[in-house]
Amino acid sequence: MIYLLVGVGGAIGSLLRYSISLMTINLLTTSFPIATLITNFLGSFILGWLTHSMIKKNNYSPQLMTALGTGLIGSFTTFSTFSVETIQLFEGGQYLLGILYILLSIMGGLLLSFIGSLMSTKRKEVNS
Amino acid sequence: MNYLLISLGGFIGAILRYGVGIFIKKRIHSTFPIATFLVNVLGSFLLGYMIGSRIGGNTLALLGTGFLGSFTTFSTFKLESIKLINQKQLRTFFCYLFTTYIFGILLAFIGYYIGTQF
Repeated sequence: MIYLLVGVGGAIGSLLRYSISLMTINLLTTSFPIATLITNFLGSFILGWLTHSMIKKNNYSPQLMTALGTGLIGSFTTFSTFSVETIQLFEGGQYLLGILYILLSIMGGLLLSFIGSLMSTKRKEVNS
Repeated sequence: MNYLLISLGGFIGAILRYGVGIFIKKRIHSTFPIATFLVNVLGSFLLGYMIGSRIGGNTLALLGTGFLGSFTTFSTFKLESIKLINQKQLRTFFCYLFTTYIFGILLAFIGYYIGTQF
């Protein structure tokens, strides 16, 4: 059952990721992969927030957490596309953009995951 | 049609990633998140190969955007990294961060190169 839930989450997450790539297709005139960056940042923030706020809940369901966290958000974000887009930037001679993409991904992802977990903590403190 | 193929690939990719996680957790006890590391570098290699060999259209939607996009993950990778910092496992944190980026990009490149040759 849990495998099925993870799969459904994965299908939804993938469709959302694809939708964002379609929506941002005309956002930048450069070849900078903004869609993957937006998706990965957003997903890191939500997963950080979700994990920490779920753990604190009394009626916390590990199955729901796995379906949402591992399935939906896990599939919404992606690493393979990031890797390939990086080598494509280098292949196209856009070394600066390639390095910028790697650095933004490293720092931004960590920062947003951290802020997400921090926000769930703050909100709980206010409530209690 | 794209939506259907992507959701099917995403469905299978997520289940497989979850399965790899369960499989490894049962056998190897380590603070280093081996499962996420493995799916991310393997997925990068395979997507590199697909792009290098100019696979496109429906196959790319199903296997690339859907399956490999979902099989690999960024959010879990970052959350695990933050957890390592919280647990003061700084050496493992840096090791996880750098090996994932270095091997991910390197394997994508090798896959891409192989793809362009065959």
